[in-house]
Amino acid sequence: MSEIRHFEDFTVGAALPLGEKTVTKAEIIEFASEFDAQPFHLDEEAARHTLLGGLAASGWHSCAMFQRLLVDNLLARSTSEGSPGIDKLKWLRPVRPGDTLSLTGTVLETRASRSRPTRGSVRFDFTLANQNGDPVMTLTCWIMFTRRKAAA
Amino acid sequence: MSHFEDYNIGDITELGSYTFSAEDIVRFASAYDPQGFHLSDEAAAASHFGRLSASGWHTAAVWMKLMVAFQKRHAARLLAEGLPVGRLGPSPGVDDMRWLKPVSAGDTVTYSCRVTSLTESRSRPEWGLMTMLNEGVNQHGEVVFTFVGHVFVERRPG
Repeated sequence: MSEIRHFEDFTVGAALPLGEKTVTKAEIIEFASEFDAQPFHLDEEAARHTLLGGLAASGWHSCAMFQRLLVDNLLARSTSEGSPGIDKLKWLRPVRPGDTLSLTGTVLETRASRSRPTRGSVRFDFTLANQNGDPVMTLTCWIMFTRRKAAA
Repeated sequence: MSHFEDYNIGDITELGSYTFSAEDIVRFASAYDPQGFHLSDEAAAASHFGRLSASGWHTAAVWMKLMVAFQKRHAARLLAEGLPVGRLGPSPGVDDMRWLKPVSAGDTVTYSCRVTSLTESRSRPEWGLMTMLNEGVNQHGEVVFTFVGHVFVERRPG
């Protein structure tokens, strides 16, 4: 899609495929070393004896990979003005080295801003799934977009 | 880190502070959130942010960094006193994460955490689920970041 997406371009119920990303063991360890240095994110052997049962990506790394897919496949060619936050985020399954994660977004709701006629907000459900089709992370959030033209 | 039984509802822990340098902000955003307002002063000046500002996920990841560092310091203290150390397990997720104000280059955010509920796990008797309200406050005393976190904490061996 080459067109810049504005608020008006999001339709309730639309499902948007937003790309995929294969995560390596080196990436998992690099992220965890800086932000989440716990044994189950750093060391295969230590991870085996934890609740995760083996090396797995930090949940925050999953968020970071989610965001990169979202930027590359949606936000970069849109009038996004950012997000006020995340309503609900679930880490459902471990993300393992070599997993290929694919992102899908579904438009739940759109709301034109009353206070700012140049802006609207879109509520999305996002699912990050692994190569077996099993969801590893889901989240619901609002993203704000500039409107194509100011409301009359 | 303490065991599940050692935590009480209302306990507040200050996790530590972190200063977001422009270099850090750009490095994180280049890898994970390459939007103009997280990458350069010029693009940020033209945006609603006004100034180079950290990715919201960067603000969140630094919370985790300081939480892990705090837990390690705490575990070392317990060990030094000959006290048992409990393990932290994974987290099932977070709720109501809010980026209330931009975290701009040079800002220092101090993170804290308040225990809001403690639930024994039925499916995993060795673990309990702790819920916390987490907060990040900048150097002007403004709350910039909040979220409700959930984490499994090991129970004291019975």
